[in-house]
Amino acid sequence: MGKEKMTSMQRVLTALEHREADRVPLFLPLTMHGARELGLSIKDYFSRAENVIEGQIRLQKKYGHDAYTGFFYGPAEIEAFGGEVIFIDDGPPNSGEPLIHSLEELDQINTPDISKVPVLQEVLKTIRTLNEKADGDIPVLGVVISPFSLPVMQIGFELYLDLIYNKKELFWQLMQVNENFAVQWGNAQLAAGATALAYFDPFASPTVIPRNIYLETGWLIARRIIAKLNGPTATHLASGRTLSVIDDLVKTGTGAVGVGSSETLRELKQVCKDKISIIGNLNGLEMHRWGREEILRRVKEAIDGAAQGGGFILSDSHGEIPWQVADEQLRNISDAVQEYGTYSRS
Amino acid sequence: MPGQAEQFQEALVSSNQEIAETLFKEGLINLSILECIEEMVVPALDNIGVGWEQGEYALSQVYMSGRICEDLLDKYLPSENALRNNKPRMAIALLNDYHSLGKKIIYSALRAAGYNLYDYGRVETEELVGRAEEDQLELLLISVLMYSSALKVADVVKGLKKCCPDTLIAVGGAPFRLDRSLWQDVGADYIGTTSADVFKIVRSYRGADQDG
Repeated sequence: MGKEKMTSMQRVLTALEHREADRVPLFLPLTMHGARELGLSIKDYFSRAENVIEGQIRLQKKYGHDAYTGFFYGPAEIEAFGGEVIFIDDGPPNSGEPLIHSLEELDQINTPDISKVPVLQEVLKTIRTLNEKADGDIPVLGVVISPFSLPVMQIGFELYLDLIYNKKELFWQLMQVNENFAVQWGNAQLAAGATALAYFDPFASPTVIPRNIYLETGWLIARRIIAKLNGPTATHLASGRTLSVIDDLVKTGTGAVGVGSSETLRELKQVCKDKISIIGNLNGLEMHRWGREEILRRVKEAIDGAAQGGGFILSDSHGEIPWQVADEQLRNISDAVQEYGTYSRS
Repeated sequence: MPGQAEQFQEALVSSNQEIAETLFKEGLINLSILECIEEMVVPALDNIGVGWEQGEYALSQVYMSGRICEDLLDKYLPSENALRNNKPRMAIALLNDYHSLGKKIIYSALRAAGYNLYDYGRVETEELVGRAEEDQLELLLISVLMYSSALKVADVVKGLKKCCPDTLIAVGGAPFRLDRSLWQDVGADYIGTTSADVFKIVRSYRGADQDG
């Protein structure tokens, strides 16, 4: 017996309350595909909030997924710190050379004033407008990169690991700068109308850093930041492993976790059930080669593994669907959720 | 000496450079430096790489281990030492990306295993093909982080096929690890997701064990 049709907002909130909605909610984090819809280059697309707003609205209408995203691209935060952003034709903008090349230059990194960063203001305008257009029916998602993970783009992996392992004082100095920024930036997005924030923290994954070091560093930071944000968060570890830190993530106060495809949803569900919602984990990198049957199989497998009892939002494995994934695949995912997404079968 | 090798590995995953060096020096009392590399350094880096793939260790431990070993070998077996292995003629490059950790990990592991190789740093397709031709490479190792950069390997393959068809290409990095058939799609000859894989590739290369 089918449930009464819900709005996307009702569907998502119901799932996050660990209850079953009318169907499994679907997040398609399509940051770049709006450019294709509008016939623009990725660079031109992100140059104006109006483009992203139009792109998000068209994509949501087309695929019927359950959220808008106000997120532009990760290096926007690096732009705020004075860094370089490199646009390419077939993928997300990349951060350029690190802001500094030696730890002696660390003092040069200061907390930016978000009101003076054009790209962040465009993001806020996007969130504000999408929130108005959604009129409470569709969640609008914002993103804040964790202060613990941002340094990969700020100072580069190698220098950052040196900081974590060998220069604790300087590490905490940088974290102070980044924490101030993350709280301001996250709360600005919430004030603009973001329903929730993705706290993007790939460095929290045991794929990247041992759990004992995470607990002494990124975990303390996450707990502090999430307490200061004026809205709910979902922590995303990009494609890294999550299983061994799930309980730690719960203690940071986050409400959901974005998971990669290297762990099974069935295993994750056992650990997460009624404690934290799961968002994931269709393999975004393989998606572009999937035919209809493969998509049906993958969607069914994901739903069977994690949807029962709520606490699950079907999405990709990384938090951003690659440009190479075509319209047909996205339509097939959307159709598969309509077909398999009712809870009675899970 | 399994006990010492295990202790050496433990020192590496704990990022304890001092203990790692003490154990390495103790190893040199009874073994030649090449034996120390074969019995301590390579197995430790192999195990740590495989352990990362299996979720036992973190990427930071893989990186720190490689760096410690590279520093040790630079000290005890400098680049110009005749015992260094110059075969195959190889280079490593970061294609298009600015995320160099993967490249650094493999570079350090190979240097720590006694191999000499060129480090091209961050390069784009045309430059990479040109340098590979100029250096007459037998093996080119390409590291990427971004998916769009991984797709650019196909252009490198096309370019190399024209000017130096015998150069083999090994690729590594997150896109190839997460999409297991991508390396074939772009026309690479090998995929290496850990330093252990790269050791196997280098050793299997014809002539790799000559002149060593």
